[in-house]
Amino acid sequence: MFAACADPKAIEGLTWAMCYLTSGKHLDFYGSFATVLLLLAVTAPVAMALGFGGAMAARSQIAPLRWIGKAYTAMVRGVPDIVYFLFFVIALDQGIEYLNHLRVCDDLSQPVFRGLEFHVCAEAKVPPATASPFTFQAYSFGLAVITFAIVFGAFVANVIYGAMQAVPRAQLETAEAYGMSHGQVFRRVLVPQMWTYALPGLTNLWMILIKATPLLFLLSVKDIVYYARELGGTKTQAYEYPHPDWRLYYFLGLLVFYLLMTKLSEIVLTRIANRLSKGQATAAGEAMRKAAI
Amino acid sequence: MSCWETFTDYALRSIGIGAKLLPKADFTLCQQFTLIGSGLIWNVYFGALALLFGFFLANALALARIAHNPWVRKPAEWFVFVFRGSPLFIQFFLAYEMLVMLPRTGIEVFGLTLTSSWLTKAWAGALIVLFLNTAAYSAEIFYGALRSIPKGDLEAAEAYGITGWSKFRRIQWPTMLRLAWPSYTNEAIFLFQSTTLVFFSGFPALSQQGDALYYANYFADKTFNPFIPYPIVAAYFVLLTLGVIWLFGRINRHLNRHLPQNIRSRIRLRPQLVR
Repeated sequence: MFAACADPKAIEGLTWAMCYLTSGKHLDFYGSFATVLLLLAVTAPVAMALGFGGAMAARSQIAPLRWIGKAYTAMVRGVPDIVYFLFFVIALDQGIEYLNHLRVCDDLSQPVFRGLEFHVCAEAKVPPATASPFTFQAYSFGLAVITFAIVFGAFVANVIYGAMQAVPRAQLETAEAYGMSHGQVFRRVLVPQMWTYALPGLTNLWMILIKATPLLFLLSVKDIVYYARELGGTKTQAYEYPHPDWRLYYFLGLLVFYLLMTKLSEIVLTRIANRLSKGQATAAGEAMRKAAI
Repeated sequence: MSCWETFTDYALRSIGIGAKLLPKADFTLCQQFTLIGSGLIWNVYFGALALLFGFFLANALALARIAHNPWVRKPAEWFVFVFRGSPLFIQFFLAYEMLVMLPRTGIEVFGLTLTSSWLTKAWAGALIVLFLNTAAYSAEIFYGALRSIPKGDLEAAEAYGITGWSKFRRIQWPTMLRLAWPSYTNEAIFLFQSTTLVFFSGFPALSQQGDALYYANYFADKTFNPFIPYPIVAAYFVLLTLGVIWLFGRINRHLNRHLPQNIRSRIRLRPQLVR
């Protein structure tokens, strides 16, 4: 990157450190932090939408829809989520390729599952074998995002379903007594009041989502854990920047990154909770009123 | 090969007893059920021991957190913050790299040579991480329970002349345990579930002796069919969770036995959460 770094073997001390930390691979490493933040930024709203939909379905009047909603919210109970992470990535990948197989392949006579192999014709491969490495990365990242969204959507659905049940029954009955329709009660009374009850659970989930991001590593995405292992490993003289096993320090760096992320989120979310509690007829709101006097 | 033969070959495969090689082709349902079930031994081992040891450390940490002396309180707060604020996955990696860095030849202490290579094995290294992790999470639960002991209970104890250590042993600690137990049950469930991370996070599965998810992953990789092994793990874990709920429910009944029926705290299963 810098002119002084042309011959890394000849330099020492601070210059060496500077050159080392700005090498091409390190820049990729810093980029992978952006991958994590992107995952958070995309997953959070999608999981919210899925969770809201799931909670609505679980409360639905139509029985089949209600069963789907209930099954979705019950999905995450009792089973380790990492099982879902490993499962959905393969299942989604195979599902996409299978649909593509039905669409584009000429010869459909052979079964897709042949013995120990999953066979689709060459044109049906997603992404195509000729695609750039970036496309492959983007595709596995996309699968990871969908997987995260499905699993966390189920968590969110649980929280929101609970929050909807927590809204005092009298509020809804009063609204019905005023002649509001089902939809009106839902939109004007239930949803606005629900947030106070849902916020603690959602806060918790956000923290958990942050702490789940290193699982990207298991979904074959080149994330920060991947780079920490790559860069930290022992480098012999054959490399430009030889050094002993430094993985420990790289992982210490990741630990600090996550601690900062959780601390920062905690501060921001406490502020939001305080703002939402202001003037509310809840214990927190009452405490704030008393403190102000 | 009959299912019974498969069972005798693979039922204890995860701890190194039985057939040497894992099945390579012609996977049967029986093999998958047996081998994945065999891996569950490790999940139970990690979960049960970490919970047992973690319980004691968590009590000590919770007490340290309510102490007035900052020299006692601050370290406990930092410990809890570090272990609760970072992903367990990263903690596993970090611990593994740390343990690998210990001198291979052992450490000389007062003329005795302490070997350290066993620490890098999953059975010890991962257990230490899980132990510290669950201690931090449980300490937070116990700390919250200690703070929510009804003031009247403590005043009543003092009015009867129960103070100091005997107040703690007879009033504070049992009440804390009773208040904390429903949340602690959830923590126990999460802990059992997070034991699945062990063999995916640096700790090597020596001679293919891994936990339930390790074997499920093996089958999924070999057969390209995720629809059989993963649901099997899921089913096993649902059973394990039910077992934990049953056991902790029994203890909860015991802790609440002096209370009238209607004010006993019930254990509510909350959705499991990643750490």
